[in-house]
Amino acid sequence: MTAITVRPVRRPAGGTAAGLGVAVLYLSLIVLIPLAAVVWRSADQGPGYFWRSVTTPDAWAALTLTIGASALVALINLVMGTAIAWVLVRDRFPGRAVLDTIIDLPFALPTIVAGLVLLALYGPQSPLGINLAYSRAGVVLALMFVTLPFVVRTVQPVLLELDTEMEQAAASLGAGPFQIFRRVILPNLIPAMLSGTALAFTRAIAEFGSTVLISGNLPFKTQVAAVNIFGQIESDNTTGAAAISTVLLAVALVALITLDALQRWGSRRG
Amino acid sequence: MAKHVLRLVAVAYVLLLLVLPVAVIIWRTFGDGLGPFVEAMTSPSAVHAFKVTTVVAGWAVVLNTVFGVGTALLLVRHEFPGKRLLGALIDLPTAVSPVVVGLALILVYGRFSPVGGLLESWGIQVIFSTPGMVLATVFVALPLVVRAVVPVLEELGDEQEQAAHTLGASRLQTFVRITLPGIRWALGYGVVLCLARSLGEYGAVAVVSGRLVDQTQTLTLFVEERFQNFDQPAAFAAATTLALIAVVTLLLTKLLRPKDRSDGN
Repeated sequence: MTAITVRPVRRPAGGTAAGLGVAVLYLSLIVLIPLAAVVWRSADQGPGYFWRSVTTPDAWAALTLTIGASALVALINLVMGTAIAWVLVRDRFPGRAVLDTIIDLPFALPTIVAGLVLLALYGPQSPLGINLAYSRAGVVLALMFVTLPFVVRTVQPVLLELDTEMEQAAASLGAGPFQIFRRVILPNLIPAMLSGTALAFTRAIAEFGSTVLISGNLPFKTQVAAVNIFGQIESDNTTGAAAISTVLLAVALVALITLDALQRWGSRRG
Repeated sequence: MAKHVLRLVAVAYVLLLLVLPVAVIIWRTFGDGLGPFVEAMTSPSAVHAFKVTTVVAGWAVVLNTVFGVGTALLLVRHEFPGKRLLGALIDLPTAVSPVVVGLALILVYGRFSPVGGLLESWGIQVIFSTPGMVLATVFVALPLVVRAVVPVLEELGDEQEQAAHTLGASRLQTFVRITLPGIRWALGYGVVLCLARSLGEYGAVAVVSGRLVDQTQTLTLFVEERFQNFDQPAAFAAATTLALIAVVTLLLTKLLRPKDRSDGN
């Protein structure tokens, strides 16, 4: 940590105000006003209409599928992401650096391409003979692909900082490997593991591109919320689309507030 | 023993989920040699889609870079009320579904909204046209440059900037000579991430573009449209092009990543 000892000289307040004005205007025109318009539109015809839009059989099915599949994918990430981070930090083998680089591929690969490549390996023409196209398993697979880096990248730095002396002390006092993991390592990792899981969950409920091709978008079966919203926009039902969007935004907000609370909890313990 | 099992599980998971699917598509694209790939990528529709993608991503990167550096400077070097709120709002786009981004822009800038109608009367069409696609792309890629630059600016401190200021440098001179060289790697990292996100955006652009073939079709929309029309070679060729761009991005970010360059330059 580099301590900044010299406090900034007071700059002309006019400069700050002008810069701040431009930044807030940019943010407002592109992000804030349009998002407010979505929430506004969803409430436009009263709470009764909002509730009916969200609980139409197809919208409700899409929302429950999205939240259920995202929760499942978040759990898979919690386990697999932690395992991968562990291997990347504590294990040494040829190709480890390549593995470390590849983890970020889902951040760089366009989502529509992610869907297409999954369909090429796990679709009707699968060279492995596994066909997950147009099934809920296909939706889960697509979400697993796009959310893979989150837990790995939040747990990895914590694991790197972790002092191995405590583990050695525990071992010398007769603790077994499992006991050491549960009593010494896990308590330090849990805040990072949970915040990575929360990030993966918010990403999963918002996902659109990767599920489009592999899910086949069958209403009541494989249609996720974002695809349902897309359909409603295409058929000019913007109020219905706004209602489902608002539910998604609210769920994401709750997840992010939980994440913030987890991080505070983690830094207090740290 | 346990160590080897864990290693095997981790490697197999990444292999089956990430590596093999991408390998299959590259193999399918180039399985019959370079000919079909070149043919598919030089068709008028593909070339047009490539151009649209370049224009939209270009504008989005320029706008977000200027905004990103400016906002990062504000957040790190200036004091003002509501600073924490601004920092939180910058991250908002990461939590919004791309389809919701598209809907949000249509509600404000669409033909039937007051703002969209006014712009239309001035001859500016936003939705179903390039400006709307740029707005959508700017929205989804907004936090990337800011988040890349902020930590480096914090670490850099402002002693050198103040020294330059004391020695009579103007604010522009200080920025160009002192601040910019200090943040150049982080800025490069942020711009590469922003470019990759902009080239690859699908959902938000699908909503605001109207998906008009040969007009507002970007490369990602081209992939989807060709695939749905059973033109697999073209869909695979465009997808492979985008995947190769993603791999190059990955290698570039690896080179530029600030934490790997902790010892100065």
